Amino acid sequence: MTDLAIELIGICKSFGAVAANRDIDMKVAKGSIHGIIGENGAGKSTLMSILYGYYQADTGTIRVNGKDAHIRNSQEAIRLGIGMVHQHFMLVDTFTVLENIILGAEGGLVLKRGIQEARAHLKELNREYGLEVDPDAIVGKLGVGLQQRVEILKALYRGADVLILDEPTAVLTPQEADHLFRILRTLKEQGKTVILITHKLREVLEATDNVSVMRGGQMVGNVRTCDVDRAALADLMVGRKVNLQVDKAQREPGEVVLSVKDLNLTDRRGVRLLKDINLHVRAGEIVGIAGVAGNGQSELLEVLAGMVQPTSGEIVYKGQNLGTLKYRQPKAAVLRRLGIAHVPEDRSREGLVKAFSNYENAILGYQCDRSVCKGPFYSRKALVARMNTLIKQFDIRPDNPMLRVGLLSGGNQQKVVLAREIYANPDLLLVGQPTRGVDIGAIEFIHKRLIELRDAGKAVLLVSVELEEIMSLSDRILVMAGGQITGEMAGQEATAPALGLLMGGGDKH
Amino acid sequence: MEQWISLLGSTIRVSTPLVLASLAGLFSERSGVVDIGLEGKMLTSAFASAAAAYVTGNPWLGLMAGMFAAILLSMMHALVSVTYNGNQLISGMAVNTIASGITPVLGLAWFQQGGNSPQLDDVARFQDITLPFADSISRVPVVGPIYSGILSGHCILVYLTFLVVLPVVTWVVYRSRFGLRLRAVGENPHAADTAGISVARVRYLALLCNGMLCGMAGTFLSVYQTGSFIKEMTAGKGFLALAALIFGKWRPAYAMLGCLLFAFADSVQIRLEGVPLPIIGEIPSQFIQVIPYVLTVLLLAGFVGRAVAPKAIGIPFVKSR
Repeated sequence: MTDLAIELIGICKSFGAVAANRDIDMKVAKGSIHGIIGENGAGKSTLMSILYGYYQADTGTIRVNGKDAHIRNSQEAIRLGIGMVHQHFMLVDTFTVLENIILGAEGGLVLKRGIQEARAHLKELNREYGLEVDPDAIVGKLGVGLQQRVEILKALYRGADVLILDEPTAVLTPQEADHLFRILRTLKEQGKTVILITHKLREVLEATDNVSVMRGGQMVGNVRTCDVDRAALADLMVGRKVNLQVDKAQREPGEVVLSVKDLNLTDRRGVRLLKDINLHVRAGEIVGIAGVAGNGQSELLEVLAGMVQPTSGEIVYKGQNLGTLKYRQPKAAVLRRLGIAHVPEDRSREGLVKAFSNYENAILGYQCDRSVCKGPFYSRKALVARMNTLIKQFDIRPDNPMLRVGLLSGGNQQKVVLAREIYANPDLLLVGQPTRGVDIGAIEFIHKRLIELRDAGKAVLLVSVELEEIMSLSDRILVMAGGQITGEMAGQEATAPALGLLMGGGDKH
Repeated sequence: MEQWISLLGSTIRVSTPLVLASLAGLFSERSGVVDIGLEGKMLTSAFASAAAAYVTGNPWLGLMAGMFAAILLSMMHALVSVTYNGNQLISGMAVNTIASGITPVLGLAWFQQGGNSPQLDDVARFQDITLPFADSISRVPVVGPIYSGILSGHCILVYLTFLVVLPVVTWVVYRSRFGLRLRAVGENPHAADTAGISVARVRYLALLCNGMLCGMAGTFLSVYQTGSFIKEMTAGKGFLALAALIFGKWRPAYAMLGCLLFAFADSVQIRLEGVPLPIIGEIPSQFIQVIPYVLTVLLLAGFVGRAVAPKAIGIPFVKSR
């Protein structure tokens, strides 16, 4: 038996009536990579926040290197050799790498000496772990992959022996993720302990030695990674049998519903966000747009949905040039009436009004629909009836149409948006990040719905940063990088490495 | 020539309180706390310093009182916007309202001169200092008039501001531990927090510095420039200083340049009043008085369209996960 770096015994933590962690036991061996996997809201982040001193556990013991530890704040965690790389980087964008690294550990009132010492130390760390970070670069100008390495450096600089990484690959391309895992393995070889929090099965299987599975605030399994497979892990995570494979029959697509020619978008500062986009979507097919977040996919979706005016180019929908239409009403409203529905990427900002109840949200975007009106007013009864239909069709829980939508879980909120848009029976569905922050059970359901829509002969344009999602749903995949389309692949032929190459290939044009 | 010399000399004098106030604003805003209360703090300290100088007959005790009063208001601003996460604009507004209310009320109660303070005796005021050799080299061409006409003949506060305060502030902001933390807290308080820095502590310290500098600025107005406190004597200078700070993109040297520019416009305005110009004739004084303000609007609208403020400015820091 190897020594334990971290041992958690009987950790409980409640927020009000909600138990975020219930009686958690976990052992992390020294010099290992330990995965913690679980769905959103399973309590992974809370547990790590307790370990890093953000929260105090209500009951339970933490042992670091075999000794009981009371970690009251992050400074104490740092002193015990625990470092954390947050999902949202804790970096000051306007500072250099060096300034970021010494922040909080400047070594004296005057910066000069601290910076000199840090520079020397950094060189050593850079060499030892193969991090390749330029100490004088401005952090805001670095790519996300490099920013993440700055975070790792920051932790190492403070003498971390245990490194916690919270969903580190959410913002990375597959290649960058592989690079990260190589770094993590180097860290392990040098005797460091790594705790990797994730909800992606692939990463756990690829990178970890041991894995702890959390569900509903409880620890439901501590296993050696080599002893489990994908399906077993997924079942543990969800607590029931999950069908990870999306069943999808081969289908011959129909005529072209949407075609885009030479679409360009330049923002006010003159940055070209979309460059000469050409694409088409046919009836009965799902076209997936893959890419690392921030490469123009969001903007493309917004332009197609009529939220943003393109700088140049043509959008033709069912033979009608949308650019030459006369719009007497907001464009997005007109497009919805034409049969173009839109599930926006950010449901809480663009898809829902969180303070509104379910039935009110269910009419947003279709508020001119006469069927829910009585004279000049809405018929509350009709609105509620409409919501009840959606609840039934989409299994939205809890099934109360009066409930404020903000009280629903992420998955159910997403179902409300999706239900609303699909209910209108669109010919073209534009959908962005349909499963972001959604639990596995709901993902399964949403995927099934999208496939059904396609099988009903509708056209679907899917934008997602989740490669697995794109690959399992799409009939055709377009890859975007740097605002342009860098490649196209048939759904069955696509592999993650091949897509990854295209995703990173925007600037080599 | 003579006119230019006196114009530039007065530019330096007029710019001094602006520079002090905008450096005060720099501390606060770099730490992420919006400060529209510069005006009120200057006004209050102008009153407090004039009152103290009048009673004690010592301008330095006046300065102390002015700084103390401004620090009090700064701490009130900190209490509302840092400790209680209140709205910083409203808190700043409150500072201004309190200042323009309390100064004439106390003034009337203490001095019975319509809210103003009595004129200070010469000993109770900061006096102009003639720099060494100013007289003897005044006849040397170029250097002479610049030295003796523009640089010499100001009060100690002017020299303190440009030769001590400005360099020290610049050094502190860019080269010291406090400065690094100050900038970090204003850009990304969460990053500072996770690095083990108390965001609240840094913001309180920033507002302490802010109060000290505002106190100097206010004292300059009453205990040096006019020699007495006059109701609403700041007349928008705090906002002008804030504009200069934004114009200078929250950097000390550039903010100082902004202040000099506004001060120059102000000095020109004073000199143009009642002077007939060629072709146009005499311009009504109302038009001339408006010059610095129009300049402010033009500069802020046009020049610094792309000024990037500290990212966390105006947002109360709430620890979150």
